[in-house]
Amino acid sequence: MKLEKKDIEHIARLARLDLSEQELKEYGDQLSDVLGYINQLQEVNTDSVEPTAQVTGLENSLREDTVDNWPEAEREEALAEAPETEDHQVKVKRVL
Amino acid sequence: MLNELTIKEAQEKLKNKEISSVDLVKACLERIKKTDEKVKACVSVLEEGALVEAKKADERIAKGEWEELLGIPYIAKDNIMTRGVRTTASSKILENYIAPYDATIIKKIKAAGGILIAKANLDEFAHGASTENSAFGTTHNPWDLSRVPGGSSGGSAAAVAANMCIFALGTDTGGSIRCPASFCGVVGMKPTYGRASRFGLIAMTSSTDVPGPITKTIEDTAIIQKIISGTDKNDLTTVDEKIDDYQEEIQKDIKGLKIGLPKEFFEEGIDAGVADSLNSAIEKLKELGAEFVDISLPNTKYAVPVYYIVTPSEVSSNLARFDGIRYGLSDQGGSDLFDIYAHSRGKGLGPEAKRRIMLGTYALSAGYYDAYYLKAQKVRTLIKQEMDEALKKVDLILTPTSPHTAFKIGEQSNDPLKMYLEDIFVTSASLAGLPAVSVPCGFSDGLPVGMQLIGSRFDEKTILRVAKKYEENSEKAELKT
Repeated sequence: MKLEKKDIEHIARLARLDLSEQELKEYGDQLSDVLGYINQLQEVNTDSVEPTAQVTGLENSLREDTVDNWPEAEREEALAEAPETEDHQVKVKRVL
Repeated sequence: MLNELTIKEAQEKLKNKEISSVDLVKACLERIKKTDEKVKACVSVLEEGALVEAKKADERIAKGEWEELLGIPYIAKDNIMTRGVRTTASSKILENYIAPYDATIIKKIKAAGGILIAKANLDEFAHGASTENSAFGTTHNPWDLSRVPGGSSGGSAAAVAANMCIFALGTDTGGSIRCPASFCGVVGMKPTYGRASRFGLIAMTSSTDVPGPITKTIEDTAIIQKIISGTDKNDLTTVDEKIDDYQEEIQKDIKGLKIGLPKEFFEEGIDAGVADSLNSAIEKLKELGAEFVDISLPNTKYAVPVYYIVTPSEVSSNLARFDGIRYGLSDQGGSDLFDIYAHSRGKGLGPEAKRRIMLGTYALSAGYYDAYYLKAQKVRTLIKQEMDEALKKVDLILTPTSPHTAFKIGEQSNDPLKMYLEDIFVTSASLAGLPAVSVPCGFSDGLPVGMQLIGSRFDEKTILRVAKKYEENSEKAELKT
């Protein structure tokens, strides 16, 4: 299947990615190629097959619902990575 | 040279006080200084910190203390979090990121006394099979500097091959430990999914990511695999399965073990030199008492297309966290939150990361989910069932790790699809969550060939045992640089 420029722009917007004109064209062609290759999966009969997301058979690994405080020093180091902070919290531009 | 030692040799020499950890660490650092300008395996070198740790290790040894890796220098792939040390995933978006905590496997190696001396280059966020997708330059294969080391753990494998360290840690999602181990002529093991904690690995494909060792010998892989295995409350996909004493297990005989040869892996256009090396290895294993059985895995031909739906889908979700808000490159130039996200990601992420995010976003988007993601997860079930069935009849499966030896830098980097096909022999084990090891298996035109052994889930011991018997009975080639 061939992806048009408007499709690529739409996907890039969903993915929150700025792409240059050059990238839009290049990725359009490359993604179309890859999707063409992947389409061979349609020839496999999977009518009564369940999907696999987990391979080891683990189900519902539970743990106690308790607060496990992050060591203060590590927390401060993590906060120091943010471009803007206030009162030990990450500051962001207004959302609404 | 001390930097050429294996873990086993270094342990003995340190224990007997024949050498000091300071000398050992210095030898590795000097080797990095001398060769890494050409090989470019390391993203960061921790010279000062490593020597401080080495002094401490020597003091502990002098007091009669002992830990399995006490005083032994290693290198970790740069998508593994190392506290207080720059951790970039070879991406511009994390160029100045200092990890605030250690990955669980790093904690375990540290507790065993290992000394981190450098962080190794990779394909950005582990997306690739050549280490050409790094934002910090391509790593070169120590056997032939005009060729790629494989990927994505190319820096780790090249560093081990060039004796810049005693061992290295990598991560494998669809072949990222096995492919570079094969191209660089070293041992690389991807354990069973859930065998070792993923906590602190920069996530790529959460349903197939595993950390694992890259070493000079099978016994060294056995040592490291035992140390990094086990459950972790920070990774609830780790499984509470018995951890075997791999070092003891690999001493056992292989007489009567049944090895499956899947015909699909031997007819798919593999290079003559690779086929010859594999056939000699098979003959050798026969002499050593293994029995070979022809098997067929017809659905594994869909492993690459399945992988390139599952992986980009999970990548698009996992890489959403790189948004310019909490860490990493942040472009504050725009007017609203959307602009910060889009500008920061547009500037900070490289071409292959962008391609995978786009592909995954598309595959998961409304109207396409059933046709792509769901379909791929169903075919994944067929691949898994087929391999599980085969492994009921045989003890392990033997294949080439790659259809060819290391290719030239730049040869395939303009065609993403061609690069994806590099993973043809390694993705099946990842999708099925099976353990697999790449073992050096001779040379073709002077370049290393790798043999892949795939085992049943949590049966790392059997593939290591066969690998060890093969290694003992084959000649080891020394890299001359």
